Amino acid sequence: MRGISQIFPGVKALDNVSIALYPGKVTALIGENGAGKSTLVKILTGIYWPNEGEILVDGRPVTFASAQAAIDAGVTAIHQETVLFDELTVAENIFLGHAPRTRLRTIDWQAMNSRSRALLTALESNIDPTIRLKDLSIAQRHLVAIARALSIEARIVIMDEPTAALSRKEIDDLFRIVRGLKEQGKAILFISHKFDELYEIADDFVVFRDGRAVGQGRLKETPQDEIVRMMVGRDVENVFPKTEVAIGGPVLEVEKYCHRTEFRDISLTLRKGEILGVYGLIGAGRSELAQSLFGITRPLSGRLVLEGREISINSPHDAIRAGIVYVPEERGRHGLALPMPIYQNMTLPSLTRTSRKGFLQAAQEFALARKYAERLDLRAAALSVPVGTLSGGNQQKVVIGKWLATMPKVIILDEPTKGIDIGSKAAVHGFISELAAEGLSIIMISSELPEIIGMSDRVLVMKEGLSAGLFERNQLSPEALVRTATGNA
Amino acid sequence: MHEVMGMAKLIRKRETLLFAIIVVMIAVFSTRAADFASPDNLAGIFNDTAILIILALAQMTVILTKSIDLSVAANLAFTGMAIAMMNAAFPGLPLIALILAAIVIGAALGSINGFLVWRLEIPPIVVTLGTLTIYRGMAFVLSGGAWVNAHQMTPIFLSVPRTPILGLPVLSWVAIIIVALMYMLLRYSQFGRSAYATGGNPTAAVYAGIDTGKTKFLAFVLSGALAGLSSYLWVSRYAVAYVDIANGFELDSVAACVIGGISIAGGVGSVAGTVLGALFLGVIKNALPVIGISPFTQMAISGTVIILAVVFNARRERNRGRIILRDRAAAEVAA
Repeated sequence: MRGISQIFPGVKALDNVSIALYPGKVTALIGENGAGKSTLVKILTGIYWPNEGEILVDGRPVTFASAQAAIDAGVTAIHQETVLFDELTVAENIFLGHAPRTRLRTIDWQAMNSRSRALLTALESNIDPTIRLKDLSIAQRHLVAIARALSIEARIVIMDEPTAALSRKEIDDLFRIVRGLKEQGKAILFISHKFDELYEIADDFVVFRDGRAVGQGRLKETPQDEIVRMMVGRDVENVFPKTEVAIGGPVLEVEKYCHRTEFRDISLTLRKGEILGVYGLIGAGRSELAQSLFGITRPLSGRLVLEGREISINSPHDAIRAGIVYVPEERGRHGLALPMPIYQNMTLPSLTRTSRKGFLQAAQEFALARKYAERLDLRAAALSVPVGTLSGGNQQKVVIGKWLATMPKVIILDEPTKGIDIGSKAAVHGFISELAAEGLSIIMISSELPEIIGMSDRVLVMKEGLSAGLFERNQLSPEALVRTATGNA
Repeated sequence: MHEVMGMAKLIRKRETLLFAIIVVMIAVFSTRAADFASPDNLAGIFNDTAILIILALAQMTVILTKSIDLSVAANLAFTGMAIAMMNAAFPGLPLIALILAAIVIGAALGSINGFLVWRLEIPPIVVTLGTLTIYRGMAFVLSGGAWVNAHQMTPIFLSVPRTPILGLPVLSWVAIIIVALMYMLLRYSQFGRSAYATGGNPTAAVYAGIDTGKTKFLAFVLSGALAGLSSYLWVSRYAVAYVDIANGFELDSVAACVIGGISIAGGVGSVAGTVLGALFLGVIKNALPVIGISPFTQMAISGTVIILAVVFNARRERNRGRIILRDRAAAEVAA
């Protein structure tokens, strides 16, 4: 593909990117979260249309008007989060949309099941193709997704972090399959954060940063340090308005927090006025830790001490009352009721404060909403318009405003600048610094290295549900964080 | 900002539009039947629609929380039978005790729905489809299939809803008071706000510390209590109680909500819209016989109007949907 650009309102996700895939070769696509990798995958599979540029297959320009068009052209993708149907059988999932037919044009179940079994056997799996998908483990579902990709006679196979949910043995099996595909002359685009895997399987590499292809070449001839530099490569210290704040005593102490499945033995101390960054790969258990601190899920074991007193949090209501709030990553799904007016969204967690004897006081509600709207420089026609009518950046301000309005002691920000444009990012960063300066304690989960390094006083790195390292501000370096998070120390 | 103004206008316009349609309908019907638009006749239509207004407001509260209560009419039938039999068996019981009993019994039946939805997390449509049958069955078991007729009821039991005050019967005044109370409740109480938030975005509501399960439970209890109150009004007005009273009325209450712009997906809607939706159905029901249209054609017309209202709503939802999608796309960039 040549000169591809993808522009979303306020965000340029891909900027004049050109990459080439060759038959019989595995190309690694490397980059931080937000670098534009997934956007590229969506363009190649016909989900997004590029605003500029063209895609060539065998030298001929093609347009993928739909996902089906991409499949017809021989492009198939195995996505990060597999898109499968719980209630259908394994074979139906594999052949959905291209099921083998009998002469009467009805679905040939026998052929479908036997071909599914053959595909799964090739993956060295003995999953029964007639059972429902919901009865499978996550790793088994991934194998089904891979079988689905193989069932389409594809010439270009995109694998978007296919190993994230697999065990080492399953990864070895997958790599054997990938080598098999290579021998069949298929072109493979392999996306992964794990360098050891990439060096094991990939021939070429492309590094993305901020929607641009910043480096490509032969992987075997390029040391890992150089690739990390390409990924990170920018002067991070100056961009961030982190002000020096006198850090006080401990506010929140988390001792040996354990979750049933997502994380184990996490201990941390958060001090007054401190910004504690939490870095890690997707699936490292960062958001899950935050959600259990906020009472969405309950920890299996562990102690929580807030300002010297042990507390137990069983619901978000408890957390809000204790002064711990969580600004979630997905503001659409978790943050806002879009049909409701701005002011009602802003006051939602503070209803007890804006009401008297159970009745809401409109004047107080508006006063509270106006205070934080002004403080956050919210741009809206009126506070009574539905939040759904606002731009993404302004919606984010409403989310942050509604949590600040609860007057918390500890605020947990999950990917605070995800999906917002550069200008708003700087404003959000400035604001986070201001809050810390006012004595608020902040836990900031972020996958963006410059943000983590630029903003944090200390950084906790999580890897596969465990604490992999704690860095002081003067020890922070992109290379050290990436190595700790990917486990290549 | 254009978009913002447009949306706000559209939402405000919805109730005004519905009101205008009702006025036009009345005007058109009055060309066929001269005194259709007379104050007396309009007051009569309102009085006829009073029970539907109350039940539609009950239904609306439940729908706001992304649920549905199909058992309101069955609840009405059972509770109505219970208090009619109490009245027949113990004529000495004061009316206020019977009305309170109706509200309590209705609320209790509503709390069964609420409990099943809240604690056992069964989808509301399944729960209330089940209790719809159960409550009607209970009405049959209670009465043994017998009717309670006017002559078995005390005169005061029958007369109160008909008593005129300031030109309107008590029945109409009860509806007006319930409308005012529901407006206050949904607009100014924590419960009301929680109901809108629970339907508008359940996950965000949970994150904001709202107990969405309890909010749904309370909505069902309220719905049951209003159905209980309606049961007295119904039995007294029609001066009879039997197993099949108000059969199918649950669908009228849903229809009034849908016509009034209450989103079946939850979180969107106003008391004014619901009242206008109920009045719309009331006007059609009263007008069509006047201009000589058969009850079956009436049903077809009501059905057509409901579908048109849903199409109208769906178009509005789609406008909102686009904005969400755009944000999704922008968020995915960062993923």
